[in-house]
Amino acid sequence: MTDAEFLLWVRGPAFNTALFIMLAGIVIRFLEILFLGRKTNLAEARGSEVAGGFRTILRRSVPDMDSFHRSGFTIIAGYVFHIGLFVVIFLFVPHILVFERTLGISWGGLPSNIVDATTVVTIVALLAVLVHRIKDPVMRMLSKFSDYLVWLVTILPLITGWMAFNRVGLSGATLIGVHILSVELLMILFPFTKLSHAFTLFLARWYNGAIAGYKGVQS
Amino acid sequence: MSGASFERGYNALKEQIDAPVAAFLSSCVHCGMCAEACLFFTETRDPKYTPIHKVEPLRKIWKQEYTFWGKLGKALGLSKPLTDQDLADWETLVYDSCTLCGRCSMVCPVGNDIAYMIRKTREGMAAAGHAPEGLIGATKRAVTIGSPMGVKLPALQAQIRHTEQEFDVKVPVDVEGADYLCMLSSMEIMNFPEYIGSIARIFKQAGVSWTLSSEAFEATNSGIQIGVSDIAAELVQRIVDAAEKLKVKAVISPECGHAYMAIRWEGPNLVGKKFGFKVVHILEVLDELRAQGKLKLKDRETQKLTYHDPCQIGRRGGVLEQPRNLLNMVAENFVEMPEAGKMNWCCGAGGGVSSNERADELRLKTFARKKAQLDAVNPDALMSACSNCRIHLEEGLEEYHMDIPLLSLTETIAEHLSEK
Repeated sequence: MTDAEFLLWVRGPAFNTALFIMLAGIVIRFLEILFLGRKTNLAEARGSEVAGGFRTILRRSVPDMDSFHRSGFTIIAGYVFHIGLFVVIFLFVPHILVFERTLGISWGGLPSNIVDATTVVTIVALLAVLVHRIKDPVMRMLSKFSDYLVWLVTILPLITGWMAFNRVGLSGATLIGVHILSVELLMILFPFTKLSHAFTLFLARWYNGAIAGYKGVQS
Repeated sequence: MSGASFERGYNALKEQIDAPVAAFLSSCVHCGMCAEACLFFTETRDPKYTPIHKVEPLRKIWKQEYTFWGKLGKALGLSKPLTDQDLADWETLVYDSCTLCGRCSMVCPVGNDIAYMIRKTREGMAAAGHAPEGLIGATKRAVTIGSPMGVKLPALQAQIRHTEQEFDVKVPVDVEGADYLCMLSSMEIMNFPEYIGSIARIFKQAGVSWTLSSEAFEATNSGIQIGVSDIAAELVQRIVDAAEKLKVKAVISPECGHAYMAIRWEGPNLVGKKFGFKVVHILEVLDELRAQGKLKLKDRETQKLTYHDPCQIGRRGGVLEQPRNLLNMVAENFVEMPEAGKMNWCCGAGGGVSSNERADELRLKTFARKKAQLDAVNPDALMSACSNCRIHLEEGLEEYHMDIPLLSLTETIAEHLSEK
């Protein structure tokens, strides 16, 4: 397979397959959760489930002060790499073109050098998060093979993307191909690993907030 | 609890899994932040006390039974199935080192209500026969005698006679058509009978129509703490029957956090129907009387007071403002501990931990967290509104050589009532 053929394959059939698996997986995960249902609460409500649910969806992104003091590193590193991922994925102009081709919608991006710097910061934050996961006794105990796998498939597109942008090592077409392939790996694993928190988090926060809101507590 | 087996435990756990549980378990990113919200971890630094780790048996079953890859893995024999030994290994984590205080549920960044899942995990543990002896004993006494501490009606009647003589008030029993049916906890009857006198005096001054029931006076519910819904429902049904028989408008939960959770929030769901009466906590009743100007005080407490929020009344129950309104009425110098209110730290003995002797050493160790909170404000006295918290707090204060008297909010209000 030549470089051009490889690039055509990753951009064509491989991408479509990964996209299909990701979307189908998201649907399956949502259905798996929602079909389990929830019993109607027969206790007399003191507050609103809906207000509580929406409140927690928004409010849970801001930690309370005690948590901040106790888990500062997790919170700051978490914010840095999540914001970094958002900037790199959604505000890099070539990526926006891919979204435009796939979804038909487009938006403004950031200058490439800013995205390039953000990529480096995000990679550093993810490396720090990995060291923390290995060194912290609680995180080490909680971590399973999939936690490390997920870390790997998250950092790979960042590294390959940075290499492709900066033309490090291989030919441009090969680097782009490898980068797209690493993204496809991430897309395939996205719904079936803890990466699914990106969408199930809204359900989790909703239920937590609704349960508390019903009782008149802000969670 | 009879006929416990692994199969029953497995099925009970499977039945407990609902959409919220699946959403929570799908979202956990293993960040470990819940550990820092749990006093069993903060005071021991032992990773095994990480809250989300305590629901591992439930997570395994969810994965194997309710997820595509888990089911596939199970079918192909790739995943290790849950075993009875797993449940045995988790018993102390689920019962001794969790008070169901729900503080972890407030900090989880993805929004997991971990306490909700631990409560559910207990249903499987109990069905599989892996519940602590102390809680099994308390639950058996609650079913057969009517009280987890084995308190029978004659004991209550004796306390009522004492109260009537001491305070020159009538304590109404089995009065049909009263507005309120007042529930008690065994601890109040045996350890803090002043509570009954306090209620009687306050209600007399405020002109509240109330009664006790000779058939149902125990409001606590060991069935919930151990995680056997059938028994929990039976205990709630006794209260429902008494309330319906006496045709009261509302049932008052005593100064006990888990009793409030049991009858106010879990009760109707356990018995499977809406109540025909309201359930209110005594603090809610008192605050309403305050708002109506029916609590007339002769003087106020002058010493520096702080308030310990019982978890099931505050964070998990929604009664947070009422005690503060009442404290500001009765005390001149009310100060808040750091993180008071919905983020308050548990006393360390709720959720059945106080009935479980095996956990005694651990629960006293975790009291160091409460000590740190108290040291920050250095109060003259500590107030609370849960007799279970109260007993444990008194023990903790003694253990840590802290000379801080403990007061009940209801009793303190009664002591400051004007004579007329």
